Amino acid sequence: MSIEEIKELINNHLPEMVREVIQNTTPTTLIVDPSRIVELCAFLRTNKSLYFDSLSCLTALDNGPESGTMEVVYTLYSIPYDYKLNIRCEIDRNLPQIPSVANVWRTADWHEREAFDLFGINFLNHPDLRRILLPTDWEGFPLLKDYSQQEKYHGITVKY
Amino acid sequence: MANQIQYIYSEAHLRNSEATKYREKDLKTGEMIINIGPQHPSTHGVLRLEVVTDGEMIVDVVPHLGYLHRCFEKHTESLAYNQIIPYVDRMDYLAAMNSEHAYAMGVERMLGIEKEIPKRVEYIRVLVAELNRLASHFVAIGTYGMDIGAMTSFFWMMRDREHILRLLEWVCGARMLYNYIWVGGLYYDLPIGFEERCREFINYLEPKVREMDKLLIENKIFVERTANVGVLPLDVAINYGITGPILRGSGLKFDLRKVDGYSVYPEIDFDVPVGKGEMGTKGDCWDRTYVRMQECYQSIRIVSQCLDQLQGDHKRTRDFDPKAMVPKKIRPKAQDLYVRAENPKGELGYYFRADGRSDQPFRCKVRAPSFVNLSVISEIAKGGLIADLIAIIGSIDLVLGEVDR
Amino acid sequence: MGGYLDQKFGAGGVIITQIDELLNWARLSSLWPMGFGIACCAIEFMGSVSAAYDLDRMGLIPRASPRQSDVMIVAGTVTFKMADRVRRLYEQMAEPRYVISMGSCSNCGGPYWEHGYHVVKGVDRIIPVDVYVPGCPPRPEALIGGIIKLQEKIRGESRLSESLLEKLLEKKKAKA
Repeated sequence: MSIEEIKELINNHLPEMVREVIQNTTPTTLIVDPSRIVELCAFLRTNKSLYFDSLSCLTALDNGPESGTMEVVYTLYSIPYDYKLNIRCEIDRNLPQIPSVANVWRTADWHEREAFDLFGINFLNHPDLRRILLPTDWEGFPLLKDYSQQEKYHGITVKY
Repeated sequence: MANQIQYIYSEAHLRNSEATKYREKDLKTGEMIINIGPQHPSTHGVLRLEVVTDGEMIVDVVPHLGYLHRCFEKHTESLAYNQIIPYVDRMDYLAAMNSEHAYAMGVERMLGIEKEIPKRVEYIRVLVAELNRLASHFVAIGTYGMDIGAMTSFFWMMRDREHILRLLEWVCGARMLYNYIWVGGLYYDLPIGFEERCREFINYLEPKVREMDKLLIENKIFVERTANVGVLPLDVAINYGITGPILRGSGLKFDLRKVDGYSVYPEIDFDVPVGKGEMGTKGDCWDRTYVRMQECYQSIRIVSQCLDQLQGDHKRTRDFDPKAMVPKKIRPKAQDLYVRAENPKGELGYYFRADGRSDQPFRCKVRAPSFVNLSVISEIAKGGLIADLIAIIGSIDLVLGEVDR
Repeated sequence: MGGYLDQKFGAGGVIITQIDELLNWARLSSLWPMGFGIACCAIEFMGSVSAAYDLDRMGLIPRASPRQSDVMIVAGTVTFKMADRVRRLYEQMAEPRYVISMGSCSNCGGPYWEHGYHVVKGVDRIIPVDVYVPGCPPRPEALIGGIIKLQEKIRGESRLSESLLEKLLEKKKAKA
């Protein structure tokens, strides 16, 4: 199935879901409104002719303080049909939040915890949103473009 | 020039830096929290497990990670594409060549030079990647035997692994962390005489693997400890994003080397072993270890076919330069790319975003197989005993460098 | 070759030596390390313990518990989350105890010194270190060299002299 057919199928069932299609990425990307992401993901997973049953990767990106946006990209893969798809959502950098898809794919649980830990994105309705890689009393979200390392942690100097 | 001791001790530090998820008020009367801490002889690295048990039976397992978080993704934002390769090695340090192969393939795909890499280079890449897959499976099976209680498997596996490390040291100079597969080619060509030595090694190795198979995998004590333990049904596995030998152990014949057909794998003949539930239920710990053992045989087949090609059609010539296609400046156009390859642990994926303006990636996210595979442990360990938990962790085959990146 | 005591063995049944030397020789010939592998260097440590570069011939048997070990070989990158636990393990070891820092990451932060926000730049910011072994990862021969250097350091120690000197001074004071 080509990307146009997938977009048709989605637009028939969920009106005006897909905003844009970007062709120069591998795999092709659909840009979607972040507040409706759970609906779309549940549809993609259960539809009989698409059946995207595995979430390969959930990436969070920071576009920098000047542009004021952050992005969350879901890379999906369908094991029975061998289709690949990217879904991209843009969220506001000053108040980053997006609904969680942990009920659709259980693997998104830990991926979203990691995105929260390193970027500070709040995933609404997540079963257990805690820091996963950094200590609980760490200050700041390291992978933001304007992050600066703290002076000391438990007495040890952080920089070299 | 030594540093001074700067650490300040405080009672609260341990509690504040990583508190347990369960508090005393959350537990029922007969339950207790056991901490299998970061320093433990059989947690395969610095993994902390918080186990809530009712006597000896497990009620819940909560893994705590991050004790080896080395900030790989922050490094990628300030280093050039070819400078990142030594850091890629150090994530999954047991299978460094496979990680480098996937990374180099991704950057070449972004630059558009993937089809122009010489065939000899591709065959050498597959050869060293499969040797490294053998080395990684040896550590997995050897230390798994040691966790169950059999010391012999560990020593036999380390002895064979030493031979592989010496071969790889002859190729590129380092035993474990290589920096050999570069974007666009290799660092050196194979040394003269390598093909003959490698073939002697493969002939020596096959009976040893068979001996190990008979000793450990068909051993009655091993079967009693691992059959029907940690059963992972297939639909749960796919929903949790499990890939690699664990998914194949649950019955699905899915191997990225066959499905995607990247590099020269379509021209090589090999099988994909699948767990069938011979000794217990389909998807238990025995199936997973059986799949790994069978993959060792298949890797030996692949290495021997690569050697045939490297001594036949793609023989070394005097003017062959492995660095011929290595670009001087790596500056891909603005794009997103997700590349995936079959690591010994599962599907290793890199998500690149290039902004077309600099020779450093804008973002490089690693989809680490061990990170995703570890998340299923709270599902499959419930209701078992603590000794079963150790067997389950060993069969998931973790490398903490990859989990924490 | 070796110390004074190693040469005297096999040359007759009677050896005359100082108590200090006897104790030092006994301690350095059976250093029991705590298996504290964190990252890639741990795999090279496991490789040195196994059959090809046998460490058992030097008396090293890896022990799981810090209470039963003499030397802590810090193999791998120490992160800030791990720092509290390293300190706790060091405090749990009984004296006399030694620390070998194996690999570039625990010597000085290693390849992560520049952008690594979560990496401690050298384990000697947390615990006192006796021997540093360079390499990334160090070869098993390099680790064995580091252990031999630690043995030389122990050979030159004198653990009894402080307490004996105190007793001597007390006796003199009591007489005077």
